Amino acid sequence: MRGKRKAYYASKVKRASHLLFYRRHKKPGVKGWELRKNLGKDYPQVLKILNDYLERLDLQVKTVFEGEPATEKTRPEQLDKARFFITLRGALTPKEAKMVGWRIDDLAGLAVTIAYIISRKGRAPRKEVEEILREKLPKWRVDLNLDRYIRYGYLSQDEKEQLYLGWRTRAEVDQKALMDLLLGTEKPQSSVNV
Amino acid sequence: MTEKTARISKRQKIKIGRERLQQIIELCRAVEERGLDPFLVDVDDIIAVVRKYFPEWENLEDLCLDAETIHRLASVIKLQSEWVKHRSTSLYTDPFLLEEKIRKLNKEALVEIFLKAWHPIVELEQISLHSLKNAFSYWQSLVPLSERWQEAVQEETITGTVSREELVKEHILADETFAEQLESFWEELKLQTAEKVKIKYWDFVGAESYEETVHRAYMTSFLVTYGYATLEVHPLEEEIYIKPNQKPISKPKSKEQLVSIPIPINYEEWSKWRKGEQDER
Repeated sequence: MRGKRKAYYASKVKRASHLLFYRRHKKPGVKGWELRKNLGKDYPQVLKILNDYLERLDLQVKTVFEGEPATEKTRPEQLDKARFFITLRGALTPKEAKMVGWRIDDLAGLAVTIAYIISRKGRAPRKEVEEILREKLPKWRVDLNLDRYIRYGYLSQDEKEQLYLGWRTRAEVDQKALMDLLLGTEKPQSSVNV
Repeated sequence: MTEKTARISKRQKIKIGRERLQQIIELCRAVEERGLDPFLVDVDDIIAVVRKYFPEWENLEDLCLDAETIHRLASVIKLQSEWVKHRSTSLYTDPFLLEEKIRKLNKEALVEIFLKAWHPIVELEQISLHSLKNAFSYWQSLVPLSERWQEAVQEETITGTVSREELVKEHILADETFAEQLESFWEELKLQTAEKVKIKYWDFVGAESYEETVHRAYMTSFLVTYGYATLEVHPLEEEIYIKPNQKPISKPKSKEQLVSIPIPINYEEWSKWRKGEQDER
């Protein structure tokens, strides 16, 4: 009986990993209702098993809720609307970040932009962000980078040129950790080779 | 006399009221658009102003202004509530403090911090079943190269001669040149304004059919551009008049500046004019 159950979940975990690793839509990740349709209503349990397995690989299943973050007790309809991703569990080293195609300037600009928008309650005029970035980056790179962050989904912009945090920031960036780390740093850290 | 004074003071009150509401709308809009502190807006104070002037509003425009003020104020109240909510979360940070921190940190330090909080998505891109299906149906409907690159067979054409009259008959050439058309149009304008100097623009360009009206408006624009006629715009009456010049004026007077006046000639305008024309008759 136990063996049967194990085989049942093993096949579901495989299916879940296929769904989550391979990109099926324009945006990566899978919606809760899609997982329910493909894996059955016990999909949260399947994801939990997959998540435990991925820990050994320094990966995790990340849940991004729509709108308000979920409270302790998540309702099934909130899970259905949420989007699930596989993300890195730990952190990349600066060398690894360079290997995945990010320049130090681009990453520093992204960090500043995200932190600035968080401090402005989730939205900031593009002009203000440009101003703060221009202190350390050339103008042409600032424009280019902001457009790139928008294209990748880290930011979104409305018709009044207000910048907001995008879906990718919500999926990839631990906002609280970022702010704590930024505010907890007194002196510039020793430079790293990127 | 007292009644007259009261009327003047009421009118003044309305004027001041409008100005106050406009100022409030501008303030709320600035807070919303420029991300200013929403608590700059004193809600109680604004409600008192709105309440004070509300009994004065009689016409629709003023009531709309009143409604817009309330709408803008509601948006600011929403921002205030978001602000309070944000301050109560663990993410609240003093923006000035953060800016200071960012300025102090060098690029490397910033990246090192960011990498600790960044967990990028792992994703693999591959062809999907859906795109395979689309590609397959495209392939099926694709015409073979041998058919697509077939040399176009040039048909032999027989040449001949045609007279000007025949071309006019086929509507390939107009029966008079453009300059002639313009001149006769100018004459028509002069005739129509022989008694009253100028004529309303729509009364001149308006015709039985919409197509004809568009053609007349097109010709009129050339009359004005080439100095055969002058347009007179009366913004308060929302009327445009056209006045023929006795001789075409090739250049404007030294101090006059040329301006373009766009006049919409759409079907609705034409129908309205037609209806008015028929009612008059």
